[in-house]
Amino acid sequence: MTAETAVRRTDASQTTEAPPREWGHGLPAAGFLTPFLLLYLLFIIGPALYGLTMSFFNTSAVKPGLNSFAGFGNYAEALQSSDFWSSLWHTFWFTILTTPPLIVLALVFALLADRVGRGRWFFRLAFFVPYILPSAVVALIWMWIYTPGLGLIEAALTKIGPTSPNWLGDPGWAMPSLAMTTLWWTLGFNFVLYLAGLQEIPRELYEASAMDGAGPWQQIRSITVPLLGRTTTLVAVLQVIASLKVFDQMYIMTSGGPDFATRSILQYVYDSGFTNFRIGYASAVSMLFFLVVLAVSALWFTLVRRGEKEL
Amino acid sequence: MALTRRALLGGSAAAAALGLAGCSGLTPGRDPGGTLDYWNLFGGGDGVRMTQMLDGYRATHPGIDLSAVTLAWGNPYYTKLSLATLGDKPPDVGIAHLTRAKTLISAGLLEELRPEDLARHGMQATNFSERPWQAGLVGGKAYAIPLDTHPFVMFYNTDVCAKAGLLDSSGALLPLDSPEKFTEAMRKAKDVTKGYGGVVAIDNDVATPWRIFQSLYAQLQGEVLADEGRKVVLDDAKGTQVLDFLQGLTKQNLVPGSIDYQGAIAVFANGQSGFYFQGEWEISTFQTAKLPFSMALFPNVFGGNRYAVQADSHTLVIPRRPGRDQAGLDRSLAFIRALLDQSKTWAEGGHVPAWVPLRDSPEYRAMTPQSNYAAAVEGASYDPEGWYSGSGSTYEIVMSAAIGSVLGNRSTPAAALSAMRSNLTSLAKTASPV
Repeated sequence: MTAETAVRRTDASQTTEAPPREWGHGLPAAGFLTPFLLLYLLFIIGPALYGLTMSFFNTSAVKPGLNSFAGFGNYAEALQSSDFWSSLWHTFWFTILTTPPLIVLALVFALLADRVGRGRWFFRLAFFVPYILPSAVVALIWMWIYTPGLGLIEAALTKIGPTSPNWLGDPGWAMPSLAMTTLWWTLGFNFVLYLAGLQEIPRELYEASAMDGAGPWQQIRSITVPLLGRTTTLVAVLQVIASLKVFDQMYIMTSGGPDFATRSILQYVYDSGFTNFRIGYASAVSMLFFLVVLAVSALWFTLVRRGEKEL
Repeated sequence: MALTRRALLGGSAAAAALGLAGCSGLTPGRDPGGTLDYWNLFGGGDGVRMTQMLDGYRATHPGIDLSAVTLAWGNPYYTKLSLATLGDKPPDVGIAHLTRAKTLISAGLLEELRPEDLARHGMQATNFSERPWQAGLVGGKAYAIPLDTHPFVMFYNTDVCAKAGLLDSSGALLPLDSPEKFTEAMRKAKDVTKGYGGVVAIDNDVATPWRIFQSLYAQLQGEVLADEGRKVVLDDAKGTQVLDFLQGLTKQNLVPGSIDYQGAIAVFANGQSGFYFQGEWEISTFQTAKLPFSMALFPNVFGGNRYAVQADSHTLVIPRRPGRDQAGLDRSLAFIRALLDQSKTWAEGGHVPAWVPLRDSPEYRAMTPQSNYAAAVEGASYDPEGWYSGSGSTYEIVMSAAIGSVLGNRSTPAAALSAMRSNLTSLAKTASPV
């Protein structure tokens, strides 16, 4: 997931301002784009259309071909299934828990790291390093931290006083615990985007405002945050999409448990399609989820964009 | 492109192998060589014993490059085994629970094991316990070689039971073969431990509640699914009888109503309960804990003169792969035979051996407490057939959730049975993907 989102994030940041169109470059442009378009057709559009087709059939992983025609049967089954709705809610719950802190804390830490005089490289590195770890490594580290009886958090809490809940074993705590892990793991990426945004703010603005008697807090509120608006839009949209696509942490750390309390919609797709061999049904669920992500992204994008224009 | 990189690499590897084979002519009597991939799902004590057996195989077959992979138990394992087989890159030999092998067979993922091939390696039907061998056949054909039967059993603390007056003069446990005797024994043990009479894992457990329920329900000859999982035939009267009995135990606090797998082990290992109910594989845990304990058949509470208990078998299977040659097949079968020959190591971990030469040996009969419950094989009740059934399956998860809520006094037997029925019906109505 990480490499793919990273690539897409860079793409998006570069396309925000389109240069004026120049005719006559069409042919070379098409030539340069062809390799990418071919791969895009082969690995994105093609499989997506195949998935859409399969969602109307009782396709099985272990039988050749599409199997019998199901019409909208798979879609009807998904919409009536409580497992579908509960796993969809788990994905949303995770998104709600992770998105605000991942935006706000990334901004706060970027501001702090930017103001550090000495050893700035150390702070930049320290916040970014967790991001380069693979999900399995992150999961193992945090499973140890959360372990009842032996874990770091429990040991620390018992010293202070309060009794520690069973972080990953209690259905109510499991999701916040996963959100914590994700916060630590992926904060670095938003942090770097904000740092880059901070570099682009002209120094003169700060100097001028200082002449006019603005304090540091006023500078942050009236110069830094508004001028970071475009970065915030990008971070917010990408973060919501990344959070909606959650799978790895849950699959490795809780396998969707306890009592399915952390099974995300993508794991539901995985369970139906690969464990139960029901590829047709899993495709239908994927298509429904695709529509949901599309709708959420569109809505979110309009909201954030509007907010940005008002500034 | 005719020459792919893989073909090129494969070709050079083959050339290298030929070169080596030429050299190995200098050391006669060695194995023909080759590689062998083996997948299993064993952790804990089972994992340690399986590693010993693999070391045994490596010692006797130094020419074969054995690579053994242990994957996470339950659904993750079967998912990976199925996908690897569908992708034509399966292991040469894999472990499968007998109840899960059935689904893999109907999905066409396993190689048929023909009698003539088995015979070349000294294996035939009569070498195996009848119950697991017969239960593994599909259309009269063999696909899975049973390594063991692993029944649900009763562990008991010998000190506690002696003090509670539950042992006879020879030190054997008095029979607990009726609801009254069973409950009475729990009460007496509780009086001694001041904690609990017995303990069984309930919370966050996707299999154990099903195991204890099924043991009792099968004693009443109850059935859950029919017609290969397409019909739900849950018997409300029998189900209620079993659930009422189990809930009675937790309501009287003879058995804790809320405890997870590790917690249940801890309660028994610390002497806070006289009895512990689980599969026999936990034997290693209590031996390590130096607990004074023994093991017996799970009591025949409801069965009268017919015994039944929940069980499954570990089997060895050869996943289907296009282009497997005779030499590869023989290498896999020889490996299976080598593991069967080490059944004693496996049996020490509690599993009842399926390999008759060991099962009928004085050596095994002298092995206690392992041989105490060998009779469970005859009464073994496997999970019902169905594409969603088997050890660690969706079926067991659904059943355990409902049964666990009764044991934990969070729902009534009637509510649990109706939850089971509605969940199972939706699975039964779904067209089988295999």
